[in-house]
Amino acid sequence: MSEPLLKVKNLRQHFKISRSFTVKAVEGVSFEVYAGETYGLVGESGSGKTTIGRSIIRLYDPTDGEIFFDGKKISGKLDDATEKMLRQNMQMIFQDPMSSLNPRKKIGDIIAEGLDIHGLCATKEERKARVGAILKKVGLSPAHAERYPQQFSGGQRQRVGIARALIMNPKLIIADECISALDVSIQAQVVNLMKDIQAETKCAYLFIAHDLSMVKYISDRIGVLHKGRLVETGLTREIFSNPVHPYTRSLLSAVPQPNPVVERRRHLVSFDSDNVGGDGEIVRVSATHSVLENF
Amino acid sequence: MNENILSVRNLDITFRTNAGDIHAIRGVNFNLPTGKTVALVGESGSGKSVTMKAVTGLLDSNAIINGGQILYGTENPVDLLTMPKKTLRREINGRQIAIVFQDPMTSLDPTMQIGDQITEGLLLHKKISKADARKKAVELLKLVGIAEARKRMENYPHQLSGGMRQRIVIACALACEPKILVCDEPTTALDVTIQARILDLIKELQRQMGLSVIYITHDLGVVAKVADFVNVMYAGKIVEVGTVEEIFYDPRHPYTWGLLAAMPDLETDDERLYSIPGSPPNLLHEPKGDAFAARNKFAMKIDERETPPMFQISETHFAATWLLHPDAPKVDLPPELKARLLRSRKAANYV
Ligand SMILES: Nc1ncnc2c1ncn2[C@@H]1O[C@H](COP(=O)(O)OP(=O)(O)OP(=O)(O)O)[C@@H](O)[C@H]1O
Ligand SMILES: Nc1ncnc2c1ncn2[C@@H]1O[C@H](COP(=O)(O)OP(=O)(O)OP(=O)(O)O)[C@@H](O)[C@H]1O
Ligand SMILES: [Mg+2]
Ligand SMILES: [Mg+2]
Repeated sequence: MSEPLLKVKNLRQHFKISRSFTVKAVEGVSFEVYAGETYGLVGESGSGKTTIGRSIIRLYDPTDGEIFFDGKKISGKLDDATEKMLRQNMQMIFQDPMSSLNPRKKIGDIIAEGLDIHGLCATKEERKARVGAILKKVGLSPAHAERYPQQFSGGQRQRVGIARALIMNPKLIIADECISALDVSIQAQVVNLMKDIQAETKCAYLFIAHDLSMVKYISDRIGVLHKGRLVETGLTREIFSNPVHPYTRSLLSAVPQPNPVVERRRHLVSFDSDNVGGDGEIVRVSATHSVLENF
Repeated sequence: MNENILSVRNLDITFRTNAGDIHAIRGVNFNLPTGKTVALVGESGSGKSVTMKAVTGLLDSNAIINGGQILYGTENPVDLLTMPKKTLRREINGRQIAIVFQDPMTSLDPTMQIGDQITEGLLLHKKISKADARKKAVELLKLVGIAEARKRMENYPHQLSGGMRQRIVIACALACEPKILVCDEPTTALDVTIQARILDLIKELQRQMGLSVIYITHDLGVVAKVADFVNVMYAGKIVEVGTVEEIFYDPRHPYTWGLLAAMPDLETDDERLYSIPGSPPNLLHEPKGDAFAARNKFAMKIDERETPPMFQISETHFAATWLLHPDAPKVDLPPELKARLLRSRKAANYV
């Protein structure tokens, strides 16, 4: 198998809140993302998904562990060239569509920020054309470039965030719940769009989400995160047809179906989260499927 | 006595912007029966949040209310639109009608510990001591599934995950035991197990205190789970309303068909997901006739000229599409939906 595009080794990320309280958001997570694939990261709220994304893109300094991108080490201190490579080739789409867009900047300037920083447009016309084209791609219109974020609905704002990432043609996009704020029809458009772009540019996605129907649909492989640890990883088909970890099972049983009578009858597979967690041995279920035995 | 605790009548709202006037809400009607859950679904920009902001008196300053009524209460309904802003804020908001917004950061103060934010609301609306308020706040945090609740009271919003923030906002809203809870996409950032827990919590409160709920979401799975009635909104109007069964097993508006077809279920493995072609109209230039016509493959001549009225299908089911006119040709459901509907009717034994 070829070298992975992204390799995360034993990542730990702790936050010290006070002298007596440290949140261990990520506790020794290892996984790889290959060029051109989509890796779905799912898990409970607060399990560390966003933190992993932010550590990878170096918004946080990892407490421990190593991260490699395109063969280069990107954890620890970065030299200017590596930093620049990282800023161009890795982009993140954020979870909070409102707080991630500067309210005083026009949409066009927000989207072109990356282009401007790296001086990627020779002329004003080229910049305008690229912004216009990307706006169209995400289902907005070039005229929207002149508007401000607060004049958009939640879903429209999220598409701006996606456009901002896509315009750099990155090798890896970390998409943190990037479609959960969108309505179903636009979700379908955006997911189709993400697939098209992947087919065209061979970019990889680290797709963080909680909507399992969508994760199932878009991902090649899936990692299930629980309390800062990856408790199960495998091909999408393996996770869905043969979930082993009790948290994965409970997660799958809770996916809401668009069917009211079925919903009312449904029983959740409950799961005793107090007795699950901590370290354990990683057990192989198949060559591609493994489980953390901490239950 | 009136069975609806809230009734929105012909609500009409325009926004003034530097690009021109945006006619965002174009005559919205809907009812919230006491103790029930009504879902509001529709694409991004259709006006769901603006409608709810009008209900809670939180419209942006460039909004102009052209007309309508928002009647609140069952005995002697009052019109929230004509109520002075100050009374609305003091008597109604938070205390009787609480709202949870889709973006938690809009309702949380980034400079304040979350414990203080929850107790602040309690102290404002209830006559209790500070110590009791803190105790109650910890209980609420536990109720919405926040572990180590006591320690978390000292966290600032940025120290919490997206889903945790969202649950803090829900805790704030529930703190004052409101009569109406408006949830604007409150669970989109939550994983399904916690989402299920919060939905169950809301249902439980509904049973206990007769809470009435308006639930805005694009997640039709969630709608199926929580709603008694569903309102489908498009371009500033309600285009279909019915019981949750009517909408999911017997939808009549082609827009509702599109929404249902676009949602993958766990059986979906098509190369591409279905999506409704085109995009919603730009309400800077108000469409003539049926606003959905341009995206509707079943559109007829009349759709370009005249806005369809609400046609009645049952006592509870209405849809605004000319396809329901007695003279309209009979159309077949789109194939991408037909199989799905059959599957789901069968799973539900619906006839
Ligand atoms: N302050 C404002 N000024 C101008 N236009 C506005 C303003 N607020 C909302 N709008 C417009 O009103 C329309 C309805 O917006 P609203 O936020 O209600 O949509 P929504 O249905 O809640 O969508 P979403 O699902 O994306 O949250 C949109 O076209 C939006 O751009
Ligand atoms: N900047 C920070 N300072 C302190 N604690 C933090 C910070 N960021 C995250 N945390 C903590 O780390 C843990 C993991 O949070 P994270 O945002 O990664 O969760 P998540 O899996 O993305 O959850 P969600 O699905 O709710 O978005 C939480 O306990 C959170 O409180
Ligand atoms: Mg997150
Ligand atoms: Mg909204």
